[in-house]
Amino acid sequence: MIRAIRACKTAAEERAVVRKECAAIRASINENDQDYRHRNLAKLMFIQMLGYPTHFGQMECLKLIASAGFPEKRIGYLGLMLLLDERQEVLIDLNHSNQYIVGLALCALGNICSAEMARDLAPEVERLMQFRDPNIRKKAALCSIRIIKKVPDLAENFINPAASLLKEKHHGVLITGIQLCTDLCKVSPEALEFLRKKCTEGLVKTLKDVVNSPYAPEYDIAGITDPFLHIRLLRLLRLLGQGDADASDCMNDILAQVATKTESNKNAGNAILYECVETIMSIEDNGGLRVLAINILGRFLSNRDNNIRYVALNMLMRAMTVDAQAVQRHRATILECVKDSDASIRKRALELVFLLVNESNVKPLTKELIDYLEASDQEFKGDLTAKICSIVAKFSPEKIWYIDQMLKVLTEAGNFVKDEVWHALIVVISNASDLHGYTVRALYRAFQTSSEQESLVRVAVWCIGEYGEMLVNNIGMLDIEDPITVTESDAVDVAETAIKRHASDLTTKAMALIALLKLSSRFPSCSERIKDIIAQYKGSLVLELQQRSIEFNSVIAKHQNIRSALVERMPVLDEATFMVRRVPIPASASPSIVNLPNGVSKPSAAPLVDLLDLSSDDAPAPSSTGGDFLQDLLGVELSPASNQPGTSHARQNGTDVLLDLLSIGTPPLQSVPSAPDILSSVQNNKIPLAPLDGLLSPTPHSAQATPARDAPVIDFLDGFVTNPPVTENNGSAFPSIVAFESSNLRAVFNFSKTPGNPQTTLIQATFTNLSSDSLTDFIFQAAVPKFLQLHLDPASGSTLPASGNGSVTQNLKVTNSQHGKKSLVMRIRIAYKMNNKDILEEGQVNNFPRGL
Amino acid sequence: MADPIHTPTESTGQDPSGKVHRLVVNRDPKFTNFVEFRTHKVIYRRYAGLFFSLCVDITDNELAYLECIHLFVEILDHFFSNVCELDLVFNFHKVYLILDEFILAGELQETSKKAIIERMGELEKLE
Repeated sequence: MIRAIRACKTAAEERAVVRKECAAIRASINENDQDYRHRNLAKLMFIQMLGYPTHFGQMECLKLIASAGFPEKRIGYLGLMLLLDERQEVLIDLNHSNQYIVGLALCALGNICSAEMARDLAPEVERLMQFRDPNIRKKAALCSIRIIKKVPDLAENFINPAASLLKEKHHGVLITGIQLCTDLCKVSPEALEFLRKKCTEGLVKTLKDVVNSPYAPEYDIAGITDPFLHIRLLRLLRLLGQGDADASDCMNDILAQVATKTESNKNAGNAILYECVETIMSIEDNGGLRVLAINILGRFLSNRDNNIRYVALNMLMRAMTVDAQAVQRHRATILECVKDSDASIRKRALELVFLLVNESNVKPLTKELIDYLEASDQEFKGDLTAKICSIVAKFSPEKIWYIDQMLKVLTEAGNFVKDEVWHALIVVISNASDLHGYTVRALYRAFQTSSEQESLVRVAVWCIGEYGEMLVNNIGMLDIEDPITVTESDAVDVAETAIKRHASDLTTKAMALIALLKLSSRFPSCSERIKDIIAQYKGSLVLELQQRSIEFNSVIAKHQNIRSALVERMPVLDEATFMVRRVPIPASASPSIVNLPNGVSKPSAAPLVDLLDLSSDDAPAPSSTGGDFLQDLLGVELSPASNQPGTSHARQNGTDVLLDLLSIGTPPLQSVPSAPDILSSVQNNKIPLAPLDGLLSPTPHSAQATPARDAPVIDFLDGFVTNPPVTENNGSAFPSIVAFESSNLRAVFNFSKTPGNPQTTLIQATFTNLSSDSLTDFIFQAAVPKFLQLHLDPASGSTLPASGNGSVTQNLKVTNSQHGKKSLVMRIRIAYKMNNKDILEEGQVNNFPRGL
Repeated sequence: MADPIHTPTESTGQDPSGKVHRLVVNRDPKFTNFVEFRTHKVIYRRYAGLFFSLCVDITDNELAYLECIHLFVEILDHFFSNVCELDLVFNFHKVYLILDEFILAGELQETSKKAIIERMGELEKLE
């Protein structure tokens, strides 16, 4: 049969042969054929090795085991081990008079023993450990290992017999005895204590004997007598010496002897040295031995054999905790290993380098790694990039260095950089105000050479959008920079390349689109060209791009007056907030989710709301910017309405001046009277707002100081008039939302602000029954995060009539201590009875209008 | 033609030999004989077209297991007198028998070539 299967040329043929054989075997099982049973089972095992299902043969195994002859039993047990696993329950004869059969049973037990079997058979195995035949003794010892691994409680029964095995002369039994002791020490502290007291000296003596033993052909491997025994002994000694000074002291001499005398030109010798070093590192401190051990590792590290270098790296990682200084000495060699062609070595070396980095060596190490990034192969780049980024982020001594290194990484392997890494970079850039110019120029240069690196493109596009004028005008030039001449249209080129590149994904394109909008205001000379580029995406199949394109197009074409305010530079991103938000960011940054406010009457409110949304989409910024924009928007519209003579002058001057003034008036915390408040007072034409007034009054001077631009006053006012949706919207600055909706129930929130207290929002919640049954015992509960305070007034009723014939209202008062930084969120729970059945519904309200 | 003889020291759930095979075969002969595999390490050694692979704990001594594979191959070589792949395929049950004398419950059982060959002789006589 084996021959037939091997003759098969294709997998299909092989399957056919196997199917036929299986059929024949099944038939013969059904006939209960005694003579062929073990042959069938042998065939089945082969079939199983090829990966075919053989469960139907399991009973046959048991029948074979139950039969009398040795050959049958042998195949039976072999089948048992191969075909069955520990999930099946089997019976095993450990009391058989034939020692070979007992051996088979032990073998099977050792390989497939389950926890139940372990409990049942532990006494038998324990007895067999004193059996006269050494073959049975060693098998029983190994079986015990399996048993105590499955059921650690049984360990104490095995301590004494195991200790007696350590006095054996027979190598096979001795080695299994040592194994058993090692595993006992791992599972049972009592066993460890006992063996430490009773056996340490004996083991040291055994090791001494083995090390000094004369040539023994039976156990000789490369001139060393039984290296396996050496290794097991060293391993057990390690466990005994760990955390015990006396035991460690006892083994010092022999360890020194092993470390110095062992030949290191063959694998076997190195294996012993390796184990010895590990033992020296683990046992209680002995300076001399440690030096010896580190030297051995140094030798290993410079060995030409890759295997040896691999274990050296492995060991050095553990040595880091013991003697970091000594490991640092080998830094150069370790760095070489990072560049090895073998993935196993590279991986170890990289992990080791990661441990080696500290404040003092971070610069040279990072330089080495980044240099290597260029040469490394593709599958290693991901790992390497992640490690470099985390090293740079962790140890960077100053911002300029951090930005430099990150730019290098982005240039070399931008495609491997994770989202949160470049998000973090943008936050850092945004906070390093003195480096904006430097960064944007460096990014511009990098983009010219490496425009295929996605995340580099994103960061570059973002920075050019934000700091484009610094690029063109060489603002904030550092001494170390080479001068660079970039025209406005060059800067626009970057964004255009990014948006037109086929490989760019949606996020990049959307970021490029926003950058273009921002540039259109920063570089009036390119405005027409940008408008054309943006207009090309009006027909984009991707909804997001299409929508943005149409919005931006109308911003450029119709809303000149608000444009520059709208595209003002983003406020500095808050590092602390970002760190907190770091975890959820990857999810929310996935290509622009448009948060259409739930149930808002779209036509009038949409432009405003969408524009606000945009501000949260265009960068991984804390969403606080929304409030900012809102205020800026309102501020701009507000000024003409107040009809101050100076305003139009200021307007002529470009909104910047006004905006600047306003933003002086609105300190970063934005504790200015809330927007609706300003509006209502202006609309009612009562006393003009004092702060605004004060702010605006100096504007004529500044306006006169700088010659007025070409935009006539009339134009501007016209532009304003053609902008009705936004103005209309001023009345209800915060649209009401559907906070919760299920099949039975809908909750609508209306918002209002108390004058003079922007932090507090009054919410009127209106609940409507959507089902055809009336709801009784209605209770509404809400919970908010720590930065919010919530006060709930009693509800207007506890019964909701069926089909929306009436509603319950309840007033909530929310105070936002982080007003302007964080938006409201709320978790709600609604309990009620429907048809006398208790129903509990829960939800989270995330769609609060920004700026509350 | 490669034929991995797989000896899991700890059962790793479903049979991973196919994956190990792919992992091991593609490696350059100059590379280390160790590959990390899930939570364990695969130690392999190549003899002409045959790969012998052992899956061991991450903390185990790699060099020792490398030596262990060599010892096993020497035993096979002795037993079949000049072992070749066909010997192993047609006598897979005997290979398992030797393995059972050599390794049990994932631990080394006997380090003497002579002892194992003698033991095999005894077992053969019983058949």
